[in-house]
Amino acid sequence: MSSEHRPEIGSTVAIQKSAFNALLNNLKEQGYEAIGPHVKNETLVYEPITALEDLPRGYVTEQEAGHFRLIYLGHSRYFDVIPGAQSWKQFLFPSRKELFSLTKNDGGWKMEEGEKGTPAYAFIGVRGCELAAIQIQDNIFLRSDFNDPIYRARRERAFILSVNCLHPAGTCFCVSMGTGPRVNSGYDLNLTELEDVFLLTIGSESGRGALTGVPLEAANGFVLNAANRALEHSASQMGRKMDTSNLPELILNHLDDPYWRSIGERCLSCANCTQVCPTCFCWDTLDTLSLDGNETRRTRVWDSCFNPGYSYQAGGNTRPTIHSRYRQWLSHKLGNWKQQFGTLGCVGCGRCITWCPAAIDITAEVVALREETSR
Amino acid sequence: MTTPVTNIKFASHADRLLEPVWAEITAITPEAEGISTYWLKFVDPAAQAAYSFLPGQFNMVYLPGFGEAAISVSSDSEDRSLVGHTIRFVGNVTRAVSRLKVGDVVGIRGPFGAAWPMQEIEGRDVIIAAGGIGLAPLRPPIYYIMNHRERFGKVYLLYGARTPSDLLYPNEYKKWEQAGIQVQITVDRADENWQGQVGVVPMLFYRFRMNPESVVLTCGPEIMIRFVVYEGLARRIPAENIYVSLERNMKCGQGSCGHCQLGPYFICKDGPVFRFDTLESFFNVEEF
Repeated sequence: MSSEHRPEIGSTVAIQKSAFNALLNNLKEQGYEAIGPHVKNETLVYEPITALEDLPRGYVTEQEAGHFRLIYLGHSRYFDVIPGAQSWKQFLFPSRKELFSLTKNDGGWKMEEGEKGTPAYAFIGVRGCELAAIQIQDNIFLRSDFNDPIYRARRERAFILSVNCLHPAGTCFCVSMGTGPRVNSGYDLNLTELEDVFLLTIGSESGRGALTGVPLEAANGFVLNAANRALEHSASQMGRKMDTSNLPELILNHLDDPYWRSIGERCLSCANCTQVCPTCFCWDTLDTLSLDGNETRRTRVWDSCFNPGYSYQAGGNTRPTIHSRYRQWLSHKLGNWKQQFGTLGCVGCGRCITWCPAAIDITAEVVALREETSR
Repeated sequence: MTTPVTNIKFASHADRLLEPVWAEITAITPEAEGISTYWLKFVDPAAQAAYSFLPGQFNMVYLPGFGEAAISVSSDSEDRSLVGHTIRFVGNVTRAVSRLKVGDVVGIRGPFGAAWPMQEIEGRDVIIAAGGIGLAPLRPPIYYIMNHRERFGKVYLLYGARTPSDLLYPNEYKKWEQAGIQVQITVDRADENWQGQVGVVPMLFYRFRMNPESVVLTCGPEIMIRFVVYEGLARRIPAENIYVSLERNMKCGQGSCGHCQLGPYFICKDGPVFRFDTLESFFNVEEF
């Protein structure tokens, strides 16, 4: 196939790995800021990348409950590494965003908009679970009765290059949640990494545009088969699983079960799980007042149902105990979320398990609750 | 998802998140110890003309530098000239409100939330049961009933506060009675001048015979609501005819920030007024 023939949407092409930089250059010329996984300070973060060489070539992560290690194996693959604590949520729904500032003037207040302009991000390496998480947040922030202007502007501009996950980690359970390891839809380009080439499936006109001038090769049956086999193998390698049958009822019909108290004894209420969760959406606002009282900045920040102040109201805290906060989190995520937004609020990425300092495992808690309540 | 009570359209959302509309305090009425009513008029006359609310809805009241508080509108929904908020000085924002003077300006977003079902309950006997500051969101329904008295059957107001000096709107009870509302007042603790009843609000249900076809509207401390509901159910008023207005920590008013969740509901948009049968399965779960 010559590069003059523009491939159809829905088709799959192959590129040499070295040609990936031409794709990144196209995105840059089209005004995107590319964000991808990058090794920094001995861990994995999502931050601006300019070239293939910025990606974590040769790395994998080892993840278990309360355990994360970044390991350098030295192989030649760029997308083997399962993500760390960060998710794409921080770009579409920033953890801290100034909304506006107010200055006193003639007995009233003069308003000025916060940071102006909306970044256009190209997300490089979005996993199936992560793309599902973005789609879940779409349901939250882009409703007919509430449209979040910050999220909407960023989401509309975003370019998504997703990745089929071939080497899941120990805390992964996307197969149980139906979100991976194969990416299904909602991408501009979807990448599968083989030893020598990247396969790219074109999901949109923007995806096709990003390939302009990139030397394309035909994806022959041999490489397509190899990709399929690798994905089937990946699906069999999930470190965790969750039986979703009888959810949300399993939880909603047993809100008074004594089992919640046993989780409350282990949970530290540190809020790590909600901060790393790619679907958790709670937020708070802060006013920062100048010392003379004449100027204030209003900022939106992430909040968590594990923070004691989260459910504070006149007369006290609605959920003063840790077990009641954990129950709120789980009964929302695997329970009431479905009535609110049509799906469960969990995509099986495993972050809440990996980053829990008390090694609480959402999949194990569901198993235990199932056993406890079936007695 | 099915919304339990009349679905109210949101105030058109601003292009800028949480952008308030400025309103001036035109009068302050002290109501009780630590509680005053603030009468607001939007600085922009067009905003005043455009603003309307339904009984039971609330506004987010913003004080720059302090933050926002969800406050129900306590004035007459059919009087478009002013917006009244009865505010108890109990938190960070409301204590700052207590220091404001006539002429000061506050930010308003709203109205938000589901309203009392005033049209649906026409023709019925109505029992309004309120405790403490819980009378504030129930004053608009009282005004509505007074404005359209012929559309309702017997109307009872059962109201209680901790002490006689905590009672809200005491100067209005006579006017309400003259309009054909039977007003029963009780206090938890009497003082030397108190001649009325002593006891909690649910006990007032024992003082009259009610029609099981009645509708109950209630707001107050959650423990009071629980027992009002219990007394209503015990008198064969079905859960579908009992409406409660609940309080939770509300921040955005639009079912986005998550704070006010109760089970599947965002109280700020699916409530604060709920038909009790939609809450029944989890209302008594402790710390939920």
